[in-house]
Amino acid sequence: MFSGASSFVEKTDAVLWFIVGLSAIVFVGIVVTMIYFVVHYSRKKNPHPTNIDGHLGLELTWTLIPLVLFMGMFYMGWSGYRDIRSVPDDAMVVRVTARMWQWSFEYPNGVQTDTLHAVIYTPMRLNLTSMDVNHSLYIPAFRIKKDVIPGRKNVMWFKAIERGAYDIACAEFCGLQHAYMYTKVIVDDTMSFNRWYAAVSEKQGKKYESLLTPKPVPADSESYQ
Amino acid sequence: MAEPSVVDYLHAPSKHRGPLSWILSTDHKRIGILYLVTMSFFFSVAVFLGFLLRLELLTPGKTIVDPQIYNELFTLHGMIMIFLFIIPGLPAVFGNFMLPILIGAKDVSFPRLNLLSWWLFLSGGILAVVSLFLPGGPVDTGWTFYIPYSVRTNTTVIPAMTAAFILGFSSILTGINFITTIHRMRAPGMSWFRMPLFVWSLYATGWIQILATPILGITLLLVIIERLFGVGIFDPSLGGDPVLYQHLFWIYSHPAVYIMILPGMGVVSEIIPVFARRTIFGYKFIAFSSIAIAFFGSLVWAHHMFTVGMSDTGQFIFSLLTFLVSIPSAIKIFNWVATMYKGSIALEVPLLYVLAFIVQFSIGGFTGMMLGALSINIHVQDTAFVVGHFHYVMFGGAGFAAIAAIHYWFPKMFGKMYNKRQAIIGWALLTFGFQVLYFPMFVMGYKGMPRRYYDYLPQFQIYHQISTVGSWIVVLGLLIVLHNLITALRKGERAEMNPWGGVTLEWTVPSPPPVENFVTVPTVTTGAYDYSRYEKKA
Ligand SMILES: [Cu+2]
Repeated sequence: MFSGASSFVEKTDAVLWFIVGLSAIVFVGIVVTMIYFVVHYSRKKNPHPTNIDGHLGLELTWTLIPLVLFMGMFYMGWSGYRDIRSVPDDAMVVRVTARMWQWSFEYPNGVQTDTLHAVIYTPMRLNLTSMDVNHSLYIPAFRIKKDVIPGRKNVMWFKAIERGAYDIACAEFCGLQHAYMYTKVIVDDTMSFNRWYAAVSEKQGKKYESLLTPKPVPADSESYQ
Repeated sequence: MAEPSVVDYLHAPSKHRGPLSWILSTDHKRIGILYLVTMSFFFSVAVFLGFLLRLELLTPGKTIVDPQIYNELFTLHGMIMIFLFIIPGLPAVFGNFMLPILIGAKDVSFPRLNLLSWWLFLSGGILAVVSLFLPGGPVDTGWTFYIPYSVRTNTTVIPAMTAAFILGFSSILTGINFITTIHRMRAPGMSWFRMPLFVWSLYATGWIQILATPILGITLLLVIIERLFGVGIFDPSLGGDPVLYQHLFWIYSHPAVYIMILPGMGVVSEIIPVFARRTIFGYKFIAFSSIAIAFFGSLVWAHHMFTVGMSDTGQFIFSLLTFLVSIPSAIKIFNWVATMYKGSIALEVPLLYVLAFIVQFSIGGFTGMMLGALSINIHVQDTAFVVGHFHYVMFGGAGFAAIAAIHYWFPKMFGKMYNKRQAIIGWALLTFGFQVLYFPMFVMGYKGMPRRYYDYLPQFQIYHQISTVGSWIVVLGLLIVLHNLITALRKGERAEMNPWGGVTLEWTVPSPPPVENFVTVPTVTTGAYDYSRYEKKA
């Protein structure tokens, strides 16, 4: 279920495994060295210590090498984050409203649903607002999350690349039912999505128009950041 | 001038009797013990709350309590652990007891202010406890008091915040006292670079306490004003900005993380040379890295807020600085390990805790890198991953350092020695249980388990159950440690003046130390860790 449901998964996981890998090497190095010293220089084997005040070369080494590695990690994280922030202009726009303790999604023609329907390979932009306290829209399978804060217009986007139903959770503590603020995002192909969209539009008495062709972003979307 | 008393501080004559001779004492050692006792109480309460939290999470749905109680439990667990145990923790107990002795002074600069700090601490603690029983019920906002939830909930937010406000003052006064003491009270010959590294860490901590804590005080005051008078500062429905609250909160609370960990690092720097019988490796690098952590640590607060919708410039800078601030910590770890090179190492209990500290603090650090990387942060922010990370740093780091410190200085403080076998059993259970308790949190967090959840999806159950079993092992370990130390207090063997063969000044005075600490003020002629006496004679 976690193997690449959105376009962000691969890169984010790659950064994670890069840092995990490097950390594991350094960690094993530290622990092995430590254990070796404790055993090899035990008071039994080595009753007389040798005092060494320090070593500038070593200090520089273990300052500069981490510095370089850390800058690498920073850059990888930043570069992944840039993708998460670069909302495509042709994304399908859905307004999300959070309240204690449910999500509501509103499509361009005014259709409102409590589960999110998305189209595979089609970028979807979520304009987020909260009616009461802070929430946070979290789709673990997509590796994305954004706080939903009253009085603020936050935005997030994703491009699903695998069909399926994925959990949407609330990640910011919001009171009694915080743990139950779950819903789903359902990723389908264009045909199934349009069929669903037509049906739900009719049911709610809204005019159906296909969301397939790129639409201009609604005027007020500019104020979302 | 009268002869300095050589009666130990535990039995010293006092103008007050019984408990009054303690709670009105201005002796830094007695105040240290006062903190130790009160803090152990709060720590035990918070551990118990944590134990209940984990028990609730053993099965999905209700296991022992309802969601409202669960929310109150994790709020109180966090509040008590942070404000009543780990922020005051090491400085208040071991700083108070050891700082003057370590620099060859008779007391801190302002002994009466020191006593006031403890009274403020106690008042804040009592208010926090009283607030549980006030109408509205225990606060349920999480220890972060995020707005708008904290202006909407009917629970007792104002008393809880007032408690934190008062505790803040206690912390500021302790900081002022320690900094002044370090500047003014050092014994002849005790130059800055001859000071033990624990003192350096207290010095760095003191500055954070003074500079950062007022911001928390002001923030909490603003929330109280907002709640009482409806002034719009943070609440969006009154025209305020909830993100501003988060900024102000973390401008204090991130540096506070370093208030918690720096003294722990100081303890580690004390313990390793003693048990390796050699001088510390890279003294100045360790000392300055404390200062660097205190400084850079003040500039990274917004890395707690990467998902709130900050500007990309802000995200860039805060992520970059987060990576930079971890360098001084890395430097410390490498220097500690290097200090064991060519030592003559005795694997005593305090050193065992220090080794566990290094392992756990490293894991905490590495997972901190993962959190500092923006794209990963977006995914794991507010999940169990973060909970695992800060417990590795705060409990596996600062907490283990505190337990190391009590095992290291116990014979000095009480003149008694504990049972070492039992201490090792306690250590083994605690260290093993710790990994079982917290490591699964990284896995389930990355798999998408949000934090502060009363209930969870079935795929997370296995991790929660492993974690809960870990909590039982940890509690068992803590009980053994506690039992061992209390037994030692009552009928432990008499400890010698210098049971570990240390060379810092506390090991030159009797155990327990006399009221005035030193019969004659010592003159310092060497660095803090001069172990040349143990070297092979040529
Ligand atoms: Cu929510």
